[in-house]
Amino acid sequence: ATLKDGLRSQVSAALKEGRVTPTELCRRCLALIKSTKFLNAYITVAEETALKQAEESEERYKRGQPLGILDGIPIAVKDNFNTAGIETTCASNMLKGYISPYNATVVQKLLDQGAVLLGKTNLDEFAMGSGSTDGVFGPVRNPWSYSKQYKEKSVPKSHSEDEESNWVITGGSSGGSAAAVSSFTCFAALGSDTGGSTRNPAAHCGVVGLKPTYGLISRHGLIPLVNSMDVPGILTRCVDDAAVLLGSLAGHDPKDSTTIQDDFKPFELPNLTDVSKLSIGIPKEYHAPGLSSEILALWSKAADLFKNAGAKVVEVSLPHTRYSIVCYHVLCTAEVASNMARFDGLEYGHRSDTKESTESMYAATRREGFNDVVRGRILSGNYFLLKQNYEKYFVKAQKVRRLIANDFVKVFRSGVDILLTPTTLSVAAPYMEFIQEDNRTRSAQDDILTQAANMAGLPAINVPTALSERGLPVGLQFIGRSFQEKQLLTVAKWFEKQVQFPMIQLEEVKRHDNGVFQHQQSASFS
Amino acid sequence: QKVSLEVLDHLEHLALVDFRDSEGVERLQKAIQFADQLHEVNTDGVEPMDSVLEDRWCLYLREDDVTEGNCTKELLENAREKVEEYFVAPPGNIPLPKLEEREAFLQGS
Repeated sequence: ATLKDGLRSQVSAALKEGRVTPTELCRRCLALIKSTKFLNAYITVAEETALKQAEESEERYKRGQPLGILDGIPIAVKDNFNTAGIETTCASNMLKGYISPYNATVVQKLLDQGAVLLGKTNLDEFAMGSGSTDGVFGPVRNPWSYSKQYKEKSVPKSHSEDEESNWVITGGSSGGSAAAVSSFTCFAALGSDTGGSTRNPAAHCGVVGLKPTYGLISRHGLIPLVNSMDVPGILTRCVDDAAVLLGSLAGHDPKDSTTIQDDFKPFELPNLTDVSKLSIGIPKEYHAPGLSSEILALWSKAADLFKNAGAKVVEVSLPHTRYSIVCYHVLCTAEVASNMARFDGLEYGHRSDTKESTESMYAATRREGFNDVVRGRILSGNYFLLKQNYEKYFVKAQKVRRLIANDFVKVFRSGVDILLTPTTLSVAAPYMEFIQEDNRTRSAQDDILTQAANMAGLPAINVPTALSERGLPVGLQFIGRSFQEKQLLTVAKWFEKQVQFPMIQLEEVKRHDNGVFQHQQSASFS
Repeated sequence: QKVSLEVLDHLEHLALVDFRDSEGVERLQKAIQFADQLHEVNTDGVEPMDSVLEDRWCLYLREDDVTEGNCTKELLENAREKVEEYFVAPPGNIPLPKLEEREAFLQGS
């Protein structure tokens, strides 16, 4: 088995039959993490505990009693999920050195099934951003910057200019998780998604990024940004693997009262062959200003793919789409203002040395602990929540939110099963270009195609589709009905099979993955 | 319409976060300008939406039973200043000074 195999189809069998052991997998991943350190995808690598978990898993396999498909599988977790005994920083000075006293529910679930926690991945500070460039540990680099595919297509301006200045961003804010999965250092990673933070980097890094329906997966232990929109996100290399992860994470959690109480049954994805009963909606407003012609063409091609296979493809309208970013801006900053209030230096996290008064200590702590982006959002949020502004901004935004959510309800009620849209306006930008604009501007631009799904709480997934002319990944997004993840993933899997997205060719991976077992390098996982 | 100095000061007191410089204030101005686009939308007769799960009645209250706790030691571990089982704070009820006096007051930041 290699690092490139799908979980259910290949790795699980290989582990059960002893063709590869959990400790081998773990060591391979840890070695690859070391040799891809320049990506800056990981903030913390939990080498000792990971190896211990791998050893325990190995014992279970030897006894013929693995806990499930995830037993022994190396995974990574975004650093805004609490992990007991492991530092959780949210890429902020405010939480540097903070050792979580508990595991987030999703982390606990993974550990209970024997998954091996390799480490915590890098992000934008407190998950605010769309580039994974604004954390205190520095930006994350997109593995595709170092791929054969990208290097072949890029023309260095001078002999001395090399990858050092050419590298492209991962997108964000779950960039570390996306880069980790994309560079084969883990089989799956947890991200979070509030405005597109899982799907955006998934698109830029050529991996599958699933945003589940709000209320399906517990947020307990996920350091909150916007309580009414946050969801844990799943990043994997193929849709089947995303279904495996979903199966192990979804379900009611008494510790998170916003999780629905319905029973959740994990499912295997059928191999769809007949799409003639499917109705695909193409929302015309997603042909947004700034959408690159390349991505527009791919989107069109994808629609044709469905049409030619017999599906019904219709243009639909979500008229309030253009207000979703503004709406998000107000609701997000308002909830952030509230959520960030807990960071005062008293109980945990950074504490300023200022001693004059409680208030001055709080103010100094927050000044020292938060970056400009976070502080800016707190101040804006407080502005919108002022008594004189509450109705005008906050309540108004809540009303617009309902209009946005209703747009989707109407479209799904008209017989459309799934919506097909681009995920991002363009491919990953070079870092030097990306930082020319400030975080808020970037977020407003980059979240435009992903944000509305968070507003409405709907499930959405990025499926890597093709490489751009410059050799960078382009992904397309499917949005489904509430709690209809099975249908969403089934369609996504069909599409994945049709497009046969190429595997990234990374020198480092080749070196580490010539495992004991030779295995055919195939472009598709199924 | 610019935000008044009074409101800026009020915000800093509420948020316990400071604007730091004119760039910070500019950022707020831009944020407000951006948010003003909301007023283009007609929301007559539309109810505000608190939660996308409003139809599912899942926001329940649980029974008032003690199900966990006794983790004083773990919780205190992350605090910098403590005495026995208390978190220690500097003296309270001392309001932050007004904007003009602020620079001198916040030392070492």
